[in-house]
Amino acid sequence: MNTSWFVVLSAFIFCIGAAGVLTRRSPLVILLCLELMLNAGNLALIAFSRMLGNQDGQVFALIVMVVAACEVVIGLGIIVAMYRRRLPIDVDAMSELRG
Amino acid sequence: MNPTTYGWLVLGFPLAGTLVVALGWRVLPGRLPGWIASGAIGLSFLAALGMLFELIDRPEDSRALVGTAFNYLDTGGMEADLSILVDPLSVFMCLVVSGVSFLIHLYSISYMTSDRGFARFFAYLNFFVFSMLLLVLAANFVLLIVGWAFVGAASYLLISFWYRRATATAAGIKAFVINVIGDVGLVIGAFLLFDATGALDYVSVFERAGEVFGSNDPQLVAACLMILVGAFAKSAQLPLHTWLPDAMEGPTPVSALIHAATMVTAGVYLIARCHPLFELAPAAADVGAIIGTATLLFAATVAMAATDLKRVIAYSTMSQIGYMVLGVSVAAYGAGLFHLMTHAFFKALLFMGAGSVIGAMSGVQSLDRMGGFRKAMPFTFVTFTVGALALAGFPLFSGFFSKDEILAYTLNRGGGYAVLGLVGYVAALITAFYAGRMVFRVFFGPAVVEARELEQGTLHHGEHANPATGEAEDTDVGFPGPEHHIAEREWPMKAAMAPLAVLAVVAGVLGIPGVTDTFEHFLEPTFEESRFATTAPGDGEEWLGLAAGGVFALVGLGAAYYYLLRNPELRLATRKRFARLHTFFVNKWYFDEIFDAGIVRPLRRSGQFGRTVVESTFVQGVIVGGTVGLVRAGTSFARSIQTGELRAYAALLLLGMSGLVLYFLIVAT
Amino acid sequence: MLFEQILFFVAGLGAIGGALGVVMLRNPFYSVLALVSHLIALALLFLLLRADFLAAAQVVVYAGAVMVLYVFVVAYVGGSDEPLRPEGGAVAVLGPIFALALFVEITIAVVGSSLGALDTTGERIASSFGSPDEIGKLLLTDFLVAFEAASFLLLVAAVGAVVLARKRRGLEDPEAAPGVMSAHEAISGPKEVAR
Repeated sequence: MNTSWFVVLSAFIFCIGAAGVLTRRSPLVILLCLELMLNAGNLALIAFSRMLGNQDGQVFALIVMVVAACEVVIGLGIIVAMYRRRLPIDVDAMSELRG
Repeated sequence: MNPTTYGWLVLGFPLAGTLVVALGWRVLPGRLPGWIASGAIGLSFLAALGMLFELIDRPEDSRALVGTAFNYLDTGGMEADLSILVDPLSVFMCLVVSGVSFLIHLYSISYMTSDRGFARFFAYLNFFVFSMLLLVLAANFVLLIVGWAFVGAASYLLISFWYRRATATAAGIKAFVINVIGDVGLVIGAFLLFDATGALDYVSVFERAGEVFGSNDPQLVAACLMILVGAFAKSAQLPLHTWLPDAMEGPTPVSALIHAATMVTAGVYLIARCHPLFELAPAAADVGAIIGTATLLFAATVAMAATDLKRVIAYSTMSQIGYMVLGVSVAAYGAGLFHLMTHAFFKALLFMGAGSVIGAMSGVQSLDRMGGFRKAMPFTFVTFTVGALALAGFPLFSGFFSKDEILAYTLNRGGGYAVLGLVGYVAALITAFYAGRMVFRVFFGPAVVEARELEQGTLHHGEHANPATGEAEDTDVGFPGPEHHIAEREWPMKAAMAPLAVLAVVAGVLGIPGVTDTFEHFLEPTFEESRFATTAPGDGEEWLGLAAGGVFALVGLGAAYYYLLRNPELRLATRKRFARLHTFFVNKWYFDEIFDAGIVRPLRRSGQFGRTVVESTFVQGVIVGGTVGLVRAGTSFARSIQTGELRAYAALLLLGMSGLVLYFLIVAT
Repeated sequence: MLFEQILFFVAGLGAIGGALGVVMLRNPFYSVLALVSHLIALALLFLLLRADFLAAAQVVVYAGAVMVLYVFVVAYVGGSDEPLRPEGGAVAVLGPIFALALFVEITIAVVGSSLGALDTTGERIASSFGSPDEIGKLLLTDFLVAFEAASFLLLVAAVGAVVLARKRRGLEDPEAAPGVMSAHEAISGPKEVAR
């Protein structure tokens, strides 16, 4: 198996995730797309780790998974807080940081 | 002591006087500032005498000494020291300036007594004397220009001394602007000389000029013409003369000192000092001679018709300086400078006398309102008449010897100069006429109210008003004081006028042709390399010229007597017959109007154009506003990126990342 | 080899399908489910790459715990169906285009000759490559700091979640009963569009 196939696949998934972030309006789905991108990164890391015969890449991917989990927790916490305050769960409506 | 040490003292005393009076005016009581200032000038005069005696002690060929204080300027090929040149010419000028200034200081102590700006006046006056001495003693063009500029500044300060008077401040500005034109000319001239000779001090420039320039070399002629511009502005010659009559807005002692005896003679001094250059550039010297002659005729005609006493004397000054300029332009240096000295004496005297009369008239200066002061003011009458006779060139008075000597020289040069000489004689006739006119109008004829009151013993107190416009004034600071002073009652004024009167009579002794050559002899070391030394007229020709001048003087005085005293109706009839000419003279040949229409108005319009179009529209609107607008546009563009929308930010991130990857892709291939 | 390739294609298609599902499905619930299937496909790919431990972690932790959390929150919040045409103008239209551009770039980079090593099948590896044994050893020796930092991060995240989601005094709490999804109508605001 050519490593390049895995890397191209990872790129594809990454770009799908990026398109999703840009296209969707619900923050929930945007977070999901972010997960997609993180996983694509993981895939690339592991592919390279296999290519180099070095397990450091896998440890890296493990930590990335931990980070992704934390990020999901916080993101969902924010969404819950938004819901609690009756704010619309819609990314376009949240533009108070407008300069 | 070294003459140059005396030279530094001559400069130092007035400077010290200025500083003491200016800084300590609050603590000095009463008239003490005036005495301090006069004392300073007196000491300066004594130092000048010391300089003279030291110089005479030396042999004739080593009478040009340069004393240097320190190196003032040494950059880019230009070198100038703070140095003074002590030679017969500068010693002579120092003596005249400090001597006459001392007497005028004395006069001013009583003239300005009740003025609120008493101390300020003396501080300015001392500063002026310091600047004039600096100008005269300078050994290089740089210091000359410094002194030149200071003198212009002092003149401005003193003309607009009564600064709450609108006419005075306008006159001060006018004088300053015209003086600046002269300054520019002088600086350009000095630069042209530096460019060609590589030096700025007199000794080097004059030495090298002979080697570097041929006769009538264009650059030299240009430099000399520029120097002449400076000289004409300072000496009020055509066409830069319009400031002098207006400068009579200043107090009478100022008119006496600055605009008769000293500042206006700076131009004459300059031409005399630069005589090696002018001799190498006869074209420029001829320009000087022609302008001098034109001025002397012009001023004489206007003086005939003017009605303000001080202005008559001012135009008379202009005219006499025209004689001096003519004299030094035709290489009659001794005669020209001799006339400078005698003129200082009798002109200062005339102004002092005029000040006394105006005091009696409580501020009114118009000749039409004066008359018959002979009995009421005997001292003033005698001194004024002495001055007027000297001015007219009455035989054996000082003016007779000096003025007519110039004309004798001029005629002797021959050619075109003879024409100039004849014009000079015609103007001498007119001079005698208006000198007589002054005396007869003021002191003879029916006595006016003020004169009659004075005969009874009371000094007339009129309304305080602007003599030119008649506007009412108060007597607080910025306006003349409430009291008026006349010579008969103030001993400082008498003490100042008496020596001048004596000198106006006897100073001629220094220059009787063929008998006493003291003056010429004294100045010889400075002028001995003059190429025209051999064109001096012989004694016989000089006496002939003098005699002609004397005859003209008597004729003029007699005509004045006839017109004004014997046959007054004839005078009015003549005026009616030559009404157009009279108006022309009264309006000063319309120079002011021409300048106003031709120069002042267009400049003012261009200034307004600059303000409205260039400044408001272009600079404010386009450049400043444009810059502001650009910055604002840039920032609002930057702001518009911060939409607050998450997806827009994400899009930008993605875009940036793609850009980076693209970059690395390109770099790697 | 052939078996591997078949497995690769199957897992790859599953992954891509899951990803497309996440992005294109309107209902957030369905998106979550699509992601779960994506994650499992990815775990299969990890196995292909001899990352045994990681594949297990992916299934157990990621798909098992994180996604369940996601399901809880989607149920709680409600997640309305989004309108068919996503409003938001230019960004939404340009987004896929940017992503496409990025994909093209990366593909060119990978497939192009500059990254030559990618063309190989990889180094020779021992059979314990990717086993929990090896990973554990690495975590506790070479990467100890990262390990500890990750634990710390988890702690912070937990605290943060609690802080964010706690009740505040004075605020009303219109919590919808679990399972009921109509409460969102009072919350989502004027841009709501009927299903």
